[in-house]
Amino acid sequence: MVQSLVEPQSVADISSAPALYVKAYRAMLLARVLDDKFASLWRAGKIHGGVFLGRGQEALSAAIGVALREGDVFAPLIRDLAGRLAFNEPILDGVRTYLGSTLGPMRGRDGNVHRGRPGEGQLAMISHLGAMISVVNGVLFARRMKHITGMVGVATCGDGATSTGSFHEALNQAAVEKLPLVMVVADNQYAYSTPTAQQFACRSLVDRAVGYGIPGYEVDGTDLAACLRVVGDAIVRARAGQGPQLVVAHLLRLCGHGEHDDAYYIDPQLKSSALGVDCLKRAEDFLRQQSWADAGTLAQWRSEAVHQVEDAVATVQREPPPDPFTETWSVLATARLAEGNEVNARS
Amino acid sequence: MSITYLEAIRAAQARALADDPRVFIYGQDVGAFGGAFKATKGLAKEFPGRVLDAPISEDAMAGLAIGAAIEGLRPIIEMQFADFSTVAFNQIVNQAATLFWRTNVPCPITVRLPCGATSGSGPFHSQTMEAIYAHYPGIVVLTPATVEDAYSMLLEAVVIDDPVIFCEHKLLYYHLKAEALPTEALPVGKARIAREGRDLTVVTYSAMVHESLAAAEVLHSDGWEIEVVDLRSVKPLDTDTVMGSVARTGRLLCVGEAWPWGGVTSEVIARVTCEGYDLLDAPPQRLNAKDTPVPYHPNLWAAHRPTARSIVDAARKVLQY
Repeated sequence: MVQSLVEPQSVADISSAPALYVKAYRAMLLARVLDDKFASLWRAGKIHGGVFLGRGQEALSAAIGVALREGDVFAPLIRDLAGRLAFNEPILDGVRTYLGSTLGPMRGRDGNVHRGRPGEGQLAMISHLGAMISVVNGVLFARRMKHITGMVGVATCGDGATSTGSFHEALNQAAVEKLPLVMVVADNQYAYSTPTAQQFACRSLVDRAVGYGIPGYEVDGTDLAACLRVVGDAIVRARAGQGPQLVVAHLLRLCGHGEHDDAYYIDPQLKSSALGVDCLKRAEDFLRQQSWADAGTLAQWRSEAVHQVEDAVATVQREPPPDPFTETWSVLATARLAEGNEVNARS
Repeated sequence: MSITYLEAIRAAQARALADDPRVFIYGQDVGAFGGAFKATKGLAKEFPGRVLDAPISEDAMAGLAIGAAIEGLRPIIEMQFADFSTVAFNQIVNQAATLFWRTNVPCPITVRLPCGATSGSGPFHSQTMEAIYAHYPGIVVLTPATVEDAYSMLLEAVVIDDPVIFCEHKLLYYHLKAEALPTEALPVGKARIAREGRDLTVVTYSAMVHESLAAAEVLHSDGWEIEVVDLRSVKPLDTDTVMGSVARTGRLLCVGEAWPWGGVTSEVIARVTCEGYDLLDAPPQRLNAKDTPVPYHPNLWAAHRPTARSIVDAARKVLQY
């Protein structure tokens, strides 16, 4: 049960860590390709409900995923496909949840980004995203009671969720309990259509860290190397017992809130600013500059990602959808206490 | 030797902690201080590291409990007053109540709600919350009326693999006594016939069981025999025992301390009317608190909630129909 404390290991010089960078880039790429596939399936009417993409946030997300290990816990936000894939989510889980396959973890009961395997460290978000942070605290709290050390929990949210009471309660709770929580805020400039000027009045959300008595760090969310360093270091510090860490990444959501949203309201000046740089493109440029990958290698990786995605979708499209006649329509784990449906009139 | 309702709650928690290393208690002032009502008195010392103070953050308290439950622990959360659980409402009804259904991972948390009106407590330290939690699928809602049930149902709550809202009535804390802790108990989900009778069924729960029993005694002196059904748990609701009683008496009055709109009394009447219409010799009636916040002053408070006297009046109307 007891895991040994790991040695803090900084990734201060990313140019010495090509393997980590490539691993993160390939998670970003797979996420982008899969997200694009979800968008086209949605446009073709093959997906019920919404589709929420991580476009522009893949670098930050992948940096989290590659820094996590088995035994860690991750409560992602809705744009964290890259981080989920880089941590431990099988590609089939996302496809099955979007397409409603009964073989997926949510079995058609919940959809799209609302998926996870809580017993394997992947928390399944509810829509009130700030509420997930204290659940991560609870996992960490329980691990401590079980004398398990050397693991971390990461919760992510956008600028919008930082305005909720849940966010405040949970960060304060983590700070009071000195839990190994890494809170990553993707300040993507808009919560649905609401710009940050209507969301918070402090200079930067990282200033909140002072109020909780925890360290806070800012990072350029379009720069994979910076994300790997800042997020990776925060995770190393939390893992080493240095308590909660806040990371605020500055970036721009390069899509609508969901695919139903054309995001006409996004300020064109933001799009042409440094925040509007596509992190995937920037990572590709960096790979070539460092000579870690040439055009042929990049094309090969993309081709492999496309094949992975096509295979997963083809597999899931042959799987059964949920059947209301075999659905249990019961909600309790304690079956003997079930009641409720018998009060409905029988037809 | 006698034991109070409050002491039974403390004793049940002590036993749960002793029996199962996965159990811990988390709440405001529950540690060395022993809780606002002393329901955890001495437990922090007896069980080091397992009875833990929380910041004033009901949302985060509930969230932490859910996370710990995912990790296989069995937390007991004390809300200082039931009224404050509204701050944790989202975590309870959206996170805890949906977890098993969504993910197949059980969420065995027990949320203790010191509930119900006491004189002088006012609108925010007096509420009864059972109806609003029972409305949501995925939650078990318990409303013990006796010392024995306070003990045995709290022990069972900790064992149940689902979120349990444990509504303990503050008015019963100090005055309700039993000779000893029970050695056996009805399981959760079974109602209890608290008094047998042939003329009218009064269905009730929590502190209103005692007001109803007092009313039955008054009516007995007039020659009426009132059957009092103590629901014990409002969800699941033991419709069979209620229907069986109404089948014997033909008349039904439901009494609850909660507000009148919706809730447990209307649920019971809906079920009996829909499924047992032919059993009824008179229109079923219900008696609840008045539809205002709970008032502070004793004069107003005493008139806000059902009492033995108002239950007698309501019962006579059903009996004389």
